[in-house]
Amino acid sequence: MLLSTVIFLPLLGVIAIALLRGLGASAVKGIALVIGLLTFIVSLGLYTGFDATTATFQNVTQQAWIPGLGTSYHIGIDGISLWLVLLTTFLTPLCILAAWNSIEKGLSGFMMSLLALETGMLGVFCALDLFLFFVFWESMLIPMYFLIGIWGGERRIYATVKFVLYTMAGSALMLVGILALYFQNDNSFDLTTLSGPFEHSHLLFLAFFIAFAIKVPLFPFHTWLPDAHVEAPTAGSVILAGVLLKMGTYGIIRFCLPLFPDAAAEFTPLIVPLAVIGIIYGALVAMVQPDLKKLVAYSSVSHLGFVVLGLFSKNPAGIQGSVLQMINHGLSTGALFLLVGMIYERRHSRMIVDFGGLAKRMPIFATIFMVVTLSSIGLPGLNGFVGEYMILLGSFVQGAFSKIYVVLATAGVILAAVYMLWMFQRVMFGTLDKTNEALPDLNAREIVVMLPILLFIVWIGVYPKPFLNKMEKSVGLVVTQVQTEPAIGRAGERIQQDSELALHGTQRVQHEKIEKEAQQ
Amino acid sequence: MTIELIVVLLAAPLVGFLINGLLGKWLKGNEQLSGWIGSLAVLVSLVCSIIAFASLHGGAAPFDETLYEWITGESFAFNIGFRVDALTSMMLLVITGVGFLIHVYSIGYMHGDAGYTRYFAYLNLFVFAMLILVLGNNYLMMFVGWEGVGLCSYLLIGFWYERQTATDAGKKAFIVNRIGDFGFLLGMFTLFAAFGTLDFTSIFDAAEADNFQKVFGASTLVIATLLLFVGAIGKSAQIPLYVWLPDAMEGPTPVSALIHAATMVTAGVYMIARSAVLYNIAHTGEVVAWIGVLTAFFAATIALTQNDIKRILAYSTVSQLGYMFLGVGVGAYASGIFHLVTHAFFKGLMFLTAGSVMHAMANELDMRKMGGLKAKMPITHWTFLVGALAIAGFPFLSGFWSKDEILHSAWGSSPIIYVIGLVTAFLTAFYMFRLIFVTFYGESRVEPEVASHLHESPSVMWVPLAILAIPSALIGLLLGWGGHDSWLHHFTKSVFPEAHHDASGNMILFMVISSVVGLAGIAFAWSRYRDRTPSDEPTNALHKLLANKYYVDEVYNALIVQPIKNGSHYLLWRIVDNGIIDGIVNGVGAIIRFIGGTLRRFQTGIVQAYIVSMVLGIVLFLAYYLFFT
Repeated sequence: MLLSTVIFLPLLGVIAIALLRGLGASAVKGIALVIGLLTFIVSLGLYTGFDATTATFQNVTQQAWIPGLGTSYHIGIDGISLWLVLLTTFLTPLCILAAWNSIEKGLSGFMMSLLALETGMLGVFCALDLFLFFVFWESMLIPMYFLIGIWGGERRIYATVKFVLYTMAGSALMLVGILALYFQNDNSFDLTTLSGPFEHSHLLFLAFFIAFAIKVPLFPFHTWLPDAHVEAPTAGSVILAGVLLKMGTYGIIRFCLPLFPDAAAEFTPLIVPLAVIGIIYGALVAMVQPDLKKLVAYSSVSHLGFVVLGLFSKNPAGIQGSVLQMINHGLSTGALFLLVGMIYERRHSRMIVDFGGLAKRMPIFATIFMVVTLSSIGLPGLNGFVGEYMILLGSFVQGAFSKIYVVLATAGVILAAVYMLWMFQRVMFGTLDKTNEALPDLNAREIVVMLPILLFIVWIGVYPKPFLNKMEKSVGLVVTQVQTEPAIGRAGERIQQDSELALHGTQRVQHEKIEKEAQQ
Repeated sequence: MTIELIVVLLAAPLVGFLINGLLGKWLKGNEQLSGWIGSLAVLVSLVCSIIAFASLHGGAAPFDETLYEWITGESFAFNIGFRVDALTSMMLLVITGVGFLIHVYSIGYMHGDAGYTRYFAYLNLFVFAMLILVLGNNYLMMFVGWEGVGLCSYLLIGFWYERQTATDAGKKAFIVNRIGDFGFLLGMFTLFAAFGTLDFTSIFDAAEADNFQKVFGASTLVIATLLLFVGAIGKSAQIPLYVWLPDAMEGPTPVSALIHAATMVTAGVYMIARSAVLYNIAHTGEVVAWIGVLTAFFAATIALTQNDIKRILAYSTVSQLGYMFLGVGVGAYASGIFHLVTHAFFKGLMFLTAGSVMHAMANELDMRKMGGLKAKMPITHWTFLVGALAIAGFPFLSGFWSKDEILHSAWGSSPIIYVIGLVTAFLTAFYMFRLIFVTFYGESRVEPEVASHLHESPSVMWVPLAILAIPSALIGLLLGWGGHDSWLHHFTKSVFPEAHHDASGNMILFMVISSVVGLAGIAFAWSRYRDRTPSDEPTNALHKLLANKYYVDEVYNALIVQPIKNGSHYLLWRIVDNGIIDGIVNGVGAIIRFIGGTLRRFQTGIVQAYIVSMVLGIVLFLAYYLFFT
């Protein structure tokens, strides 16, 4: 019941705004903010009530919905979706607060879209029924379409059509995949009863994976992202980068890996290079962008490449790192878009050349921007490092692919510093241009928007244990499901107890062999 | 020693950072207070460091404890934990001791700067990060501090952020360091893959265990130690990644003294000394030694022709760091650390005196515009002279002892390395005294308006200089008397494994040779520069090559920076992304639109046309059935 409340509370807000919109702009904003905050507070109950000792779904509700179709209203969360739900409920009220003064026309429509979007996103992360999942997945497109198409920039129509069509192309494939699973699952859409191996698992894997890869976006399916980000209003960009992209990686970890482990193994040599290309290519292209939003958009391509790499490392450290990095990216990239939005509201420009020397005029803004920048480039002590480190370590030590990919991905860490610091230098340092002399520093509302994000940026960096703890079992389950052959690391645990050396990976096997020989 | 002591030691500068960082707005009216808060924070750390040192010196066992679990899972555990042994405690004393004096000095030096509180916030944050670097009991903690000091270095080099050259230099420092960190990260991964942990003691014990070699083969440790060394090359400015350090002189001079001479840049040397066990087993020290000695020589040659005081000191630092790597590379770990300590004092001192000169000369750095400063700035002159004599290896001053130990050990490893090191010692004495003679002696070339208020620095600045001059002169004698049998070697014996090479040859003979070479360098400088200014234009091709620093920056820019920039812009973004990928995406849309547009023509809305096509269709079908089936 708690989970359903979280999912549908925002929808209640949509109805409330629809009914009370006559009361004026401040009432609409007030309702939206209260509903957003309330949803977040209620969702905290999911965290406190979450049992970290099990990998099974919790807060499960199953209600008959359309029995004739074999589908039911079946929702629940595990240690992975918990965090994505919390990320969504955390970012939405911040977006509402960020859009406080920037929406001039159709405010109620904007807030309604934002809240409807929240319900859609939460539904995607909680659905345990494939049909329900698809309904939420598609329903989320509609408010996003409006957010970009109505409140967006100059080329908003091109961007929003591109975004929707691109996603729909993937969804169509996924729908075929869902139907194929339905027929192989005794005409039921229930995710929890699905068990492989499935027929045509390679095709099914691809049907799902392409849909998710577009959403991530994985190179070369990424070109909708810069357009959508540049045209979307600030709140749209934040949600897009913060949450929508995670649906792709969430889909991979929820469907592609556990349902089709054989296919996942077979396609790994194809997917991992794409992820690594994304990391480096995204960073290089981000480096030369003249537009702040485009720069951040391409940096997302790079960061999400890390996440995909970690997922396909198929070991606990890598996948845990990926899930953590989903949260981290939501926080730091969300924060970057908020900051770019704040400067856009003041200067009505996002072009880097229009700025310079802002640190002198806007010290608070510059300081917060610096912290977020450092989080984004993975400085130890802040959140980004923990995720990246775990991904790279997991991929290197027990990754299901060649170490050369990890070496290349690690080089991406250098490039992240290049594009972020260069951007920061051009915007914040140097001499202040006359046109920017009157720009005011952040106001109290804007500081309130940024502080919670900064809190988590530091918290996860310094003490990530609460986050890792809750996801450990669920990630462990995915790892066992995806490892088609008994993992070498696991087989070695017995040796580890005997041996004084704590050996890892393939070297354990070597070690075992040598010891046997020695005994003979 | 208790965990509480360590936490206080660490927390003090962090608290100082938070106070100055968050409350800076309110402290602005009272900058002295801000400076003293920052200094006091480091003083607390210094006291804690002394307590820790005393406890170890009194025979206490090394401290090694975990504070809390950081990144943990079923198959991995990385903790926030600290280790304090002889090596750490030496580093602690240097960092907090030199750090404290430089904080105090900065109170005067930064007087009146708009970013006063920000400066002390950054400086405290630096001390915090540096302490983490040396206190960590595992490689990951070391890496945390490693990147942390890199950040502070970036912030402080670009402290005067309105200057393009300063922010460029800061960015360059961070990025070049990241290239090194890339190696460090991979080195850590390699170690973790082999040992399943990154804790120092576990790794070293396991590596020393009998069955290690046959399980892993030698290659794992070779790869790991070389990758870690890449990190050291970046952080400690060795060939080929030294290019950031000379530019780093854009920062305030006390920063150059603390970060870019005394502490941060020596982190690479500390890392190798810490990993002595691994380098010994892997036999990769030779690579370290060669990179070190070549860097020492190479940087010294550049220093010969520079006219900017801070640049000379910067290249000198690169060169001296090379000596330290030479030391740890040939297995003389204690000697390498010995030179680290003495260098921290005398180079820190020289940077601060350079700052004192700048302070008096309205930020002038070109020594061709100085001369004869000795009369107006006696304390600055005498303290600088102490530092210069120490670095030149003047008998019984600190550099004499530490450099000599390194050269002596180098002889045991390779006579070629020894000779290069000895030549470098000559160059060092020469360029240092070239600086002294041109700056402090001869005719004054100071411009009149500057000369009118040429003055000795205030006491808050010259007192730290005077205090630093004492260890710069004497610490070598104190720690190094007895050569390889000295106090320092005894104190650090528990940390370092036995050296590869037993020191051979007569120590006294080596000392005499070094002294003669050093004095020759001084004499040569005297003969050329006691009453002459360096020429403005390079006189020959070699001079030109050196004055332009071998054009290394230009080559890097042409071969690496520009191709990446242009390739990303034109090839990746414009052609691949906009042209090809988006072209295909939009192309699909265009094709569909074209097909739709073509098919649309059939939907004319004219009934007659529909009837015609219907009849045509019927005829075609009938024809098909009649003639083909």
